[in-house]
Amino acid sequence: MLFPISGAHISPIYLAVVGFLIGILGGFFGVGGSFIAGPALRAVGLDWNFAVGTDLAHIVGKSVVAAKRHRALGNVDLKLGLIMAVGTIGGAEVGAQLIQMLKRAGNVNLVVSVVSIAVYLSISTFMIWESRKTLASSKGRLQKGKRDHSEFGHVAHAIQRMKIWPMVKLPVSGVTISLWVILLVAFVGGLFSGFLGGGAGYIRMPSMVYVLGVPTHLAVGTDLFEIIISASYGTFTHAVKGNVDILIALVMHTGAAIGAQIGAISTQYFAGPKIRLAFVPLPLIGAAIVIYTLLSGHKL
Amino acid sequence: MVELAIYAVLVIAYFFLVLHFLGGWLHQLELRHRYTYAGVAILLIIGQAVVLESVTTFLLRILRGRSE
Repeated sequence: MLFPISGAHISPIYLAVVGFLIGILGGFFGVGGSFIAGPALRAVGLDWNFAVGTDLAHIVGKSVVAAKRHRALGNVDLKLGLIMAVGTIGGAEVGAQLIQMLKRAGNVNLVVSVVSIAVYLSISTFMIWESRKTLASSKGRLQKGKRDHSEFGHVAHAIQRMKIWPMVKLPVSGVTISLWVILLVAFVGGLFSGFLGGGAGYIRMPSMVYVLGVPTHLAVGTDLFEIIISASYGTFTHAVKGNVDILIALVMHTGAAIGAQIGAISTQYFAGPKIRLAFVPLPLIGAAIVIYTLLSGHKL
Repeated sequence: MVELAIYAVLVIAYFFLVLHFLGGWLHQLELRHRYTYAGVAILLIIGQAVVLESVTTFLLRILRGRSE
């Protein structure tokens, strides 16, 4: 089928199936899934600029569905999400400027590839270590559902004890923390989003758990809510630059809508450390894609 | 499975209608009025998300009701 805006011929069934798979991942882990959607759109011949912009538009729709479902389950901290959106947008702008600087220096591909591989591998290594340690220490005590505990929790508690004015009380998450820490976490997430592309949920969701001390289920739901705002901003700027084929995004979203619901509902049946352990392969897939691109010279 | 089949038929009919009626208009908008296109694109994807969320919630409620 011809999509007139991008001029691409793509099967709508393929788009709906890709959307469905990414929807499940997004609903369960609170990530945008751009590390899969981007290559999946490239694989059927969509230009890279359209793949990035269209994926962002699709992420907006999928996150609305998943965040609404998580909100119904009590997993969204609206106050935290709104504060984080401010930091994320600021970080995304700085990340995009860094990309422009590297473009001018002529080594953008190598630097971005090396940084992304290092970041993806570090996140996976840390999360596998932490979640296995947590599961081992709480063997027999851990039940399925929203119970959460982290062996790294003392770090989040130490950060929460830093009284840097203004302090923000987040009753839904059960956390009182400095505004600057929230903004810093969001800014770093946004920086990676602007620098490496996508929503950077692979950074933000773990940061919310380990740095802010937010329970995993709330981190997933709040991250999705925050992604609606930051991805809408990204969609707008990309659409103005002519990088969004909204018809492709609408078709992808028909599959993602049901996948996101299934993913969000599934979180009820898993304890926090198990969700974190299951999260580990996602950054590794991202790293594998970048390594393949770097070694073969082909963009997936 | 009947509900999923109905959902699939509705979705296929929906995106053929969207492509047929909106495809040309959106293409022209994208070429001539980028800022309007950007705003319309966000409204469309959020609007579709809200509608599909209601449809899929209803569908999943029926499916879960049957399995319990």
